[in-house]
Amino acid sequence: MPYRLLKFGLSSEYSEPRMFPVQGDLRDAYDVVIIGGGGHGLAAAHYLATEFGITNVAVLEKGYLGRGGTGRNTAIVRSNYLTPQGASFYQASVELFQDLSRQLDLNLFYSERGHFTLAHSPASLRTQRWRAEVNKQLGIDSELITPEEVRKMVPEIDLQCGGHQPPIHGALYHPPGAIARHDAVAWGYARRAGEAGVEIHQQTAVTDIEVRDGAVCGVHTNKGFIKTEKVLSAVAGWTTEITQMVGLRTPLVIHPLQAMVTEPLKPWLDKIVVSASLHLYVSQSSRGELVAGASLDPYELISMRSSLDFAEGTAGHLIDLFPMLGDVKVLRQWAGLCDMTPDFSPIMGTTPIRGFYLDAGWGTWGFKATPISGLTMAHTLATGRDHELIEPFNVSRFSDFQLVGEKGAASVGH
Amino acid sequence: MKIIHCPVNGPRPLQEFYFGGQFRAVPTSEQEDAMTDAEWSDYAFNRDGSPGIQKEWWYHTPSGTWFIAERDIVTDVFVRTYLFDQADQESGNDG
Ligand SMILES: Cc1cc2nc3c(=O)[nH]c(=O)nc-3n(C[C@H](O)[C@H](O)[C@H](O)COP(=O)(O)OP(=O)(O)OC[C@H]3O[C@@H](n4cnc5c(N)ncnc54)[C@H](O)[C@@H]3O)c2cc1C
Repeated sequence: MPYRLLKFGLSSEYSEPRMFPVQGDLRDAYDVVIIGGGGHGLAAAHYLATEFGITNVAVLEKGYLGRGGTGRNTAIVRSNYLTPQGASFYQASVELFQDLSRQLDLNLFYSERGHFTLAHSPASLRTQRWRAEVNKQLGIDSELITPEEVRKMVPEIDLQCGGHQPPIHGALYHPPGAIARHDAVAWGYARRAGEAGVEIHQQTAVTDIEVRDGAVCGVHTNKGFIKTEKVLSAVAGWTTEITQMVGLRTPLVIHPLQAMVTEPLKPWLDKIVVSASLHLYVSQSSRGELVAGASLDPYELISMRSSLDFAEGTAGHLIDLFPMLGDVKVLRQWAGLCDMTPDFSPIMGTTPIRGFYLDAGWGTWGFKATPISGLTMAHTLATGRDHELIEPFNVSRFSDFQLVGEKGAASVGH
Repeated sequence: MKIIHCPVNGPRPLQEFYFGGQFRAVPTSEQEDAMTDAEWSDYAFNRDGSPGIQKEWWYHTPSGTWFIAERDIVTDVFVRTYLFDQADQESGNDG
């Protein structure tokens, strides 16, 4: 046992520094108010303070940090998307992630695994080829591989799916695909933002937003009114409540997404395996648990309940791919809220309401975007103009009929 | 298992149903001609999506029945299910 740990255990006082300071009362006014203490809100706060020198900022979180999707996702980070706009955006995020543990001085357990998207039909092989070609054009490491190559890298896989499902025709392979410790991402950004002077208020819910003459002038909270001219909504699955407060119409609808983990096993799966046809994705965590998820729940619901249907379906498909898991037990399951857009791309940037900025539409794919959305939203808040990487994602794309269709790359493989 | 009341077939398990999205009255051809681009894009893309009771389309697959449900999208309680009629079309989009 390290000597420091022994000393810590024996000392009567808590000698370690706190991760975040205890916050006092809310001030009357801030330059920027960020709603939502998930990864996105905290990253935006961090970059506002460190890159743009704006520190009179409050992050308001109605529960605790990382209570939303940030602490519920299956932590897959990748950039092999289908559209050039999407792929370049997520690639910029992957590059930030690769150095983030050092930047935040916190071990995020960022672990590059290699990501497979299996194709069970010639049609899906064609979409994978399309993605590979778009990716290569943008310098993203992504290629189509044969079933034999899949088996070489994942020897436990049953390419015939036990005859219960269509066999595997090939896969899109993305070597930089990674997983990370999602809570630590939120904590790391929060700590750095706090050190730079940002206030982080937990247990503080925004209950209404004051808009006068088309411009934001403050927010109401359960702890009183705050004056501000800039509000960033970074509440993902709760966005429809916030947009209702300012009267902004969007295409967002909320669906639950569920996930589960099995009991821990000795390490055997070092890859991330996704199958859109089987509505399944799986990886093995550093604790040995298999982390598995499915596609969205099939109807709108603003609830984090989990269901037996999900556990049954996902367990069944897990066995189709890996028959030797038949006796492995499910340890726990949970759900999170996903704010879905019709084109499977986010909604980011300025809005028709002056001072109201939106970071939403994160659906089932937003964890990987945490660093880049924080950085680009901070830029947008500081300058009042959309960062060029997020211009295609502005809410105006719907009234302009300029959708950014990512369904082929985002509907199951989060 | 979740049970939904199909207005034609009575109580049936959720697995027999398909969710058809929020109910929106389809514009008549006269309304269509008068609609601006902004109104069209709003109709095509925007949804209410906020907590509360929502009027929505559901489909009972085995019998091919489309019907309307009023459902609380936070508690998942189905308040009412019934077959579409002219009154729904005329009630507009405020359901
Ligand atoms: C099961 C599951 C698996 C997923 N897997 C992946 C994956 O593998 N890869 C990937 O990239 N993405 C994945 N996602 C999506 C990802 O989790 C989310 O897109 C992402 O976490 C959104 O982060 P956020 O910071 O924007 O929002 P959140 O982390 O949801 O934070 C929003 C916060 O806002 C707070 N809030 C809400 N309303 C208010 C209010 N009125 N006042 C104050 N605070 C408020 C909430 O309490 C919450 O803490 C998955 C999601 C789920 C549910």
